[in-house]
Amino acid sequence: MIVSYFPGCTLKTKAQDLDMYARKCAEVLGVTLEEIDNWQCCGGVFTTVNNDAVTKLSSVRALDFARSKTQPLVSVCSACHNVLKQTNHAVQTDKAFADKVNLYMGNESPYDGSTQVYHYLEMLRDLVGFDAIKEKVVNPLKGKKIAAYYGCLLLRPSGVMQMDDPENPQIFEDLIRALGAEPVIYAMRNECCGGYVTMESPEFAAKKSKAITDNAASFGADMIVTACPLCKYNLEKNGNSVPVVYFTELLAEALGVKEDTQNA
Amino acid sequence: MQRIGVFVCWCGSNIAGTVDVHTVAEALKSEPGVVFSTDYQYMCSQAGQDIIKNAIKEHNLTGIVVCSCSPRMHEATFRKTAAAAGINPYMVEIANIREQCSWVHKDMQTGTEKAIILGKAAVAKVNLNTPLTPGESPVTKRALVIGGGIAGIQTALDIADAGFPVDIVETKPTIGGKMAQLDKTFPTLDCAACILTPKMVDVAQNENIRIFSYSEVQEIKGFVGNFDVTIKKRARFVKEEICTGCGACVEKCPMKKIPNEFNLGMDNRHAIYIPFAQAVPKVATIDPNACNMLKKGKCGICSKVCSAGAIDYTQKDEFISEKYGAIVVATGFNPISMEKFDEYAYSQSKDVITSLEFERLTNAAGPTAGKLLRPSDLKHPHTIVFVQCVGSRCAACAEKGKEYCSKICCMYTAKHAMLVRDKYPDTEVYVFYIDVRTPGKNFDEFYRRAVEEYGVKYVKGMVGKVTPEGDKLKVQASDLIANKQLHIDADLVVLAAAIEPDKSARPLATMLTASMDTNDFFTEAHPKLRPVESPTAGVFLSGACQGPKDIPETVSQASAAASKVIGLLVKDKLTGNPCVASPNELMCNGCSTCERVCPYGAITYEDKEFMMPDRSKAIRRVAQVNPAVCQGCGACTVACMSGAMDLRGFMGSQIIAEVDAICK
Amino acid sequence: MHNDNTRLTQEIIRASGVNPSKCMKCGKCSATCPAYDEMEYHPHQFVYMVESGDLEPLMNSKSLYKCLSCFACIDRCPRGVEPAKLVEAVRFAVIRQQGADHMTPDDVPAKLNEDIPQQAIVSAFRKYRK
Repeated sequence: MIVSYFPGCTLKTKAQDLDMYARKCAEVLGVTLEEIDNWQCCGGVFTTVNNDAVTKLSSVRALDFARSKTQPLVSVCSACHNVLKQTNHAVQTDKAFADKVNLYMGNESPYDGSTQVYHYLEMLRDLVGFDAIKEKVVNPLKGKKIAAYYGCLLLRPSGVMQMDDPENPQIFEDLIRALGAEPVIYAMRNECCGGYVTMESPEFAAKKSKAITDNAASFGADMIVTACPLCKYNLEKNGNSVPVVYFTELLAEALGVKEDTQNA
Repeated sequence: MQRIGVFVCWCGSNIAGTVDVHTVAEALKSEPGVVFSTDYQYMCSQAGQDIIKNAIKEHNLTGIVVCSCSPRMHEATFRKTAAAAGINPYMVEIANIREQCSWVHKDMQTGTEKAIILGKAAVAKVNLNTPLTPGESPVTKRALVIGGGIAGIQTALDIADAGFPVDIVETKPTIGGKMAQLDKTFPTLDCAACILTPKMVDVAQNENIRIFSYSEVQEIKGFVGNFDVTIKKRARFVKEEICTGCGACVEKCPMKKIPNEFNLGMDNRHAIYIPFAQAVPKVATIDPNACNMLKKGKCGICSKVCSAGAIDYTQKDEFISEKYGAIVVATGFNPISMEKFDEYAYSQSKDVITSLEFERLTNAAGPTAGKLLRPSDLKHPHTIVFVQCVGSRCAACAEKGKEYCSKICCMYTAKHAMLVRDKYPDTEVYVFYIDVRTPGKNFDEFYRRAVEEYGVKYVKGMVGKVTPEGDKLKVQASDLIANKQLHIDADLVVLAAAIEPDKSARPLATMLTASMDTNDFFTEAHPKLRPVESPTAGVFLSGACQGPKDIPETVSQASAAASKVIGLLVKDKLTGNPCVASPNELMCNGCSTCERVCPYGAITYEDKEFMMPDRSKAIRRVAQVNPAVCQGCGACTVACMSGAMDLRGFMGSQIIAEVDAICK
Repeated sequence: MHNDNTRLTQEIIRASGVNPSKCMKCGKCSATCPAYDEMEYHPHQFVYMVESGDLEPLMNSKSLYKCLSCFACIDRCPRGVEPAKLVEAVRFAVIRQQGADHMTPDDVPAKLNEDIPQQAIVSAFRKYRK
């Protein structure tokens, strides 16, 4: 299976591990991630005002690229996925917006919102299947208590993201189970880490992140996994001693490709 | 040629506001057959009806057209008026210029034009009307009550007291419904069991009442006065007539880890069980999904210990057919699932409970014997947060909540909060509310007592998030008056879950051909004037199946429904609807299509002797309609390929005349 | 002045796509808001103040830059009001004015550290700058 892949700015810089493990694991699972030509940064945020079409053009380009290849569009970073998915939804539901961005794009055939947008987790669940992953696990993560951190971007707005139940999501936990570990359910897993105010008010972001890691720790979590570089930064910098790991790294460990990359 | 009178109603400003009624009356004067036309402010009033009666006499009218509201509203009224003035009631036609015209148009000109067209169509039809005489059908003097909660119980008792036999069908092993699970009742705080269980006993002892517990309605056929119902009595593997309810079997049953539905899963019951001590009928039931004997053929202890010999592992579902004159729906309600509201952590913590679970926790017969202990560690909770409107007044997402107000939550929450403060004054109690709605006798006084005398802290605002951490539930909420976000470390959180109709209501409505609203509540025949009747004749509504209700309201409606049933059952015969199908036997080709499409089984075929054009005699197979059974739905008339079937009062020629008048 | 305010209010409502009159004033948005304590005007107040055209205090408030756009208020509102979209529409009405950027490239170096991901800078700019 070949899918279009949108890595995003941070996966090329501070979050290279997230990217590298994502690629390694995809290979093991029989998925080829075809990186989009000349992709541009998604901007990190989907602005909700309906008079801001220009900032969404990079996303439309990526979506259109995937359409031209008739491939689903996959990204790993929660923010990229959120922006791509919301942009796609806007093209599907807001005709004025769709007309405007297509005018800018100047494509022969206007982009129509037909690309299937998957987060890497959804790709694992819906295209690969957790059962298939379970079979490929060579190094089950037995005895580990792992707290999945969703944050806000993967789940909300739930009407658009449609990944899982926004208040009681399972997708991350199901993956953790497939890898042989025990998921830790804690209420703060879908609360915001402080996200983009990290620059503006680091002390505010710190407060939010601390509450999340404390809640996970109170349920005995050995580790927190996340999909978002900014979440990881916030939780690591401001949290307690519970280590924060990208989910792709965890996946790589279970699939036995983590050492490989280190040795290589 | 008919002599037709046209009467245009203003309906105050309801019609006259967007329809020029004078112009309509004038315009219709020149229609064929019309000899008189006028308008009046309220045609349905006594004065309005007198105008019609006088016109009939003065102008020798043979047909009437009333341009007014929907025929569902006042067709019967005007038919009576006509009959009183000596003309056949079926010579009256209604042109609906309110619901289908003035209410949907904003502009006077278009409204008036359309009203004239609708009036012309009605005139065209009356020109072809013929006097009709309804037939009669007998009434089976027995009622069926579906649902054995307080609504069904009250309805059944009232009907039985009037001397008519009543059957109650209840899906659970006992009657009693939700009220049996409650602790105390607002605003008087009398104990629910103390006032309910005597009524349950009355039901059991009433000679006119039969209880089909652990049963469901399988099939309903027929019509008002003559329903044929099949009841499925599920196998309970205990002979009901023999079991004495001694409970020896329950005590000895080795399967004792089955979640107890009656206590909402907060404790366990055995595979053979009696739901609660005052159950009616007080007989044991074996849960086939839990019983080892039924699943694996191993055990049989209950059979050995039963001195009455009531256990019967081979019992099968039984089907009972019975005839009824009237059916009362009393299927009740349930709290909605809290699954989609996990910001309150219902699935994450045992100490986040619904209000119905709270009832069991404070009930002396409940899992904690009435001591308020929180489910996780059986410790006494010192801080309790009640959250109102969980899933009620929720318009954002239909899969999640309900758009309506559940009506009972404000009061039961005030009751819970007050009782906690009364019994455990060391407990801090918060109630988060959007609005406190207390319209009811002594209701607001009750709520204010909770605040003023019992010190319950009412906070205007909502809870946004509940985070279990350690042995606390961290509650984050808003206090809109203080303009603050509150953070409360609670021991117990109680969610006032919205209520919804029981899931059995929808399939039942289909069987009854009774209408429902978008929320699956049964619709009443008229929201103000016929609140306990379904629009389907012979089907009556009792309790929360029609909309959220508290106990006093439920009981009132239950008795009202009973009085309507009694009013029906005292009649020996019912006047039918003369607008029934009738075949033109000469045109009928005997194909049986109409027989197959008739949903009421009103059509049969008969071999009849006919005189042929050459004066020879021949036997032909032709359709026959039983006018007592036919409901006039018209399915056969459109299915008939030879055009032999027609509906009286709605003949093909009449419909075509209407269409022609509209298209002219 | 009054007309300007009315026009701006309508523009904000239109750009946000929010119908503030759907609000039943339950306060769930403010109950769930993780930025509540940082804000001078809270989500439910945004809805009420925009509805009543009381824009000036909002436009001058630091609350605009504290909303995390986590959409908790949007997801949990029982009436589908979407307060966060109003906050954003008001913020854009401010930062789109000449010289009203809340963050400029010159501010960035002082806020950086070795680990901060690019995503933080990019998204801050998108939120705070024209």
